[in-house]
Amino acid sequence: MKKLFIGAVMALGTAFSSVSLSFADELLVPNMTYRVGPYAANGTMMANGFTDYFLMLNERDGGIGGVKVKAEECETGYKAQVGVECYESYRGKNALVHTPNSTGITLQILQKAPEDEVPILTMGYGLSAAAKGETFPWAFNYPTSYWSQMTSILSYIESQGGLKGKKIGFLYLDVGYGREPIPVLEELGPKMGFETLYVPVAGKEMQNQSSHWLTIRKEKPDWVIMWGWGAMNPTAIKEAAKTRFPLDRFIGNWWSGAHVDTQALGSKAKGYLASSFTTTGTDFPAIQDMIKYVVKPGGSKTEMGMPGKVLYNRGMFNAVIIAEAIEVAQKMTGKKNVTGADVRLGLENIKLDEARLKELGLEGFTAPVIGSCADHENGGSIFVQQWDGSDWKRITGLIPPMTDVVQPLLTAAAEKYVSDKSGWTTQKCN
Amino acid sequence: MFYRETGQFKSKYKEELAAFPLAEDKVGIAILLVIAYVFIPLFGIPGLSFEFTMGAIMIPVFIFTITTLGLNILLGFAGQISLGTGAFMGVGAYSCYKIMTIFPDLNIIICVILSGLVTAIVGMIFGLPSLKIKGFYLIVATLAAQFFLEWAFIRVAWLYNYNDSGGIEGTNKEMFGLIVSGPQSDALTRYFIVLTLLVLLTWLASNVIRGRIGRSWMMIRDMDIAAELIGVRPLTAKLSAFAFSSFYIGISGALMVFFWLGAAEVESFDVNHSFTYLFMVIIGGLGSITGSYMGAALVWVIPVLIKEIGKTAFGFDAFVMENFSIIFLGVAIVVILIVEPHGLARLWQITKQKLRLWPFPY
Repeated sequence: MKKLFIGAVMALGTAFSSVSLSFADELLVPNMTYRVGPYAANGTMMANGFTDYFLMLNERDGGIGGVKVKAEECETGYKAQVGVECYESYRGKNALVHTPNSTGITLQILQKAPEDEVPILTMGYGLSAAAKGETFPWAFNYPTSYWSQMTSILSYIESQGGLKGKKIGFLYLDVGYGREPIPVLEELGPKMGFETLYVPVAGKEMQNQSSHWLTIRKEKPDWVIMWGWGAMNPTAIKEAAKTRFPLDRFIGNWWSGAHVDTQALGSKAKGYLASSFTTTGTDFPAIQDMIKYVVKPGGSKTEMGMPGKVLYNRGMFNAVIIAEAIEVAQKMTGKKNVTGADVRLGLENIKLDEARLKELGLEGFTAPVIGSCADHENGGSIFVQQWDGSDWKRITGLIPPMTDVVQPLLTAAAEKYVSDKSGWTTQKCN
Repeated sequence: MFYRETGQFKSKYKEELAAFPLAEDKVGIAILLVIAYVFIPLFGIPGLSFEFTMGAIMIPVFIFTITTLGLNILLGFAGQISLGTGAFMGVGAYSCYKIMTIFPDLNIIICVILSGLVTAIVGMIFGLPSLKIKGFYLIVATLAAQFFLEWAFIRVAWLYNYNDSGGIEGTNKEMFGLIVSGPQSDALTRYFIVLTLLVLLTWLASNVIRGRIGRSWMMIRDMDIAAELIGVRPLTAKLSAFAFSSFYIGISGALMVFFWLGAAEVESFDVNHSFTYLFMVIIGGLGSITGSYMGAALVWVIPVLIKEIGKTAFGFDAFVMENFSIIFLGVAIVVILIVEPHGLARLWQITKQKLRLWPFPY
């Protein structure tokens, strides 16, 4: 017993001492994932796509610029407080860029990023106002923000029979993420002549939406736009089908239109729409490489059917932007082991145009992402996809956001955000 | 042998009434204070990075100890059960935020204490049902407080100054030319402030509990009818317990947001957190101040350490360790409650008893 105890103490001692030996020759890319909890179905796909891309780079190219990438996961369960703990645990470890995977977490760590000099890339989520690069030097929204997306969705509805005099239902998860696009609806409602019916779904109720859909049935909106995530999405689609709401007038944002949301419902979800900025399918050389180097040999947690699914591909695209930023940073600074500050420069100078996307094996995968100092959003366009009963089919071309509407809102929001923060770091762009 | 009162004679009543009548206790407390004030700031915890030690272990443990102290006053000393702890922390955090934005130049420590007072008032209001009902019925009443307050934190936009994010966030606050709170503050500064507040609040609690008010709480806890018959007014006793407890919980909520997380939304104050704080009290030991420290430390630190060591030393996946730490904590709770239903504080008491007799137990 005593020996066992001494052994245990020694094992613990070695464990402790090896904790501090994390400074190796590698690029540390932390990723706040959620493979447990009510959002796990979605979070797992995102995390797999993200991690697999870096594993593939390590296998195929020996990392980025000859340095291996350590894509390390930190489990948050989509809880903001745990996310902050994750963030704290990477302080002083030379993390290159943070991927919170949650708007709630983003809002909480946004203020800390300038102090730690580690940029935050919230790919298509997070604080919309972070698009203003002069006010938010350390936050990036590539390829587009929630506000831009909302205007694109409204443009789509406008093209499908107009908005004037219509009633739009807005069904949203009642957390920071879901509430994010409300200012756009409030701004555009009177301008474009539509009325908005707000239907918040609390996190606890997301699998029991009968009362929410009762409201929708009573109020009879012409369209319903959904900002949902996790188990909320399939529940909403199921309820919509049950209350006979026309599914081709029910449109989700890009986090509410994945295979995990509709697959179980199959043909019942037929007609449901969702926006997206990444293409599905495996017909891209980059994804083929991921299957060849990582998925098939069994080097990751990905099962064979996962690549090509909406969220897997999107997680991968998140990794592509980061990998590209690291590469740009390496070229700009001339050193292999870059820092968070270098990657921030890399993100501002990223140039994922058609040619580069083709080089990466992602031709036609998404709209180009061209970084700049002042615009951390890139105002990317989205397209609309529709569930045909067995797969997602892209049904529109690229729909650009209403820049003239979004930009003043972004400027005002950015100003409001910093108005009560003394000593906020800004930058000048020319 | 190590822990004997033999030979320590008291010649004055004042000495008898001291918080730590034994010389061994005095030395022990002094050592703990020196460790907390000197050694940890200087050397950290061996094997863990300094930032991690401060941000993920020490500061949260101290804050949760204040929460646990508060809940222990209500649950352990006054016998009134509450499941609204998470929401009461929220009251502290949101009121501190409001006070800070209305009076931007006010010292942040004063803000924190004022927010404790606000929480005390709110706690008293929600404590009113305790005058009529007890036990399970009181749980339900406090649970209603939890849900009502959570609702208010989302729906009453005035509470978070109509922020688009719907959350509250701290800004840089200076005190004596030093940034003490907000994103630019140094972890060490925040550590000292939280530690000092914890020491002061512990000192306050231990004295109140040993005094007239504390004894009236314990009388109410042990048998309320008997207490009433010998002259304890249930109204003042129960409400003062709610007020006192909420004061602590409110302070800890404000500290949690402005000295640790930096920002928060309603999710940080939900009912799951209320349960966690209840676990801390029960595992630590009902009606014990030392137990509050041990409970908060155990429930908070063990999962954090399991996750960190599993990830960095053994290379396990983050989500595996997350699940493992949940399982481990659950098992630990069950085992501790079976082995020692009175919590860690009782184990510590037994240890002291053993040390007293060692090496000749009889």
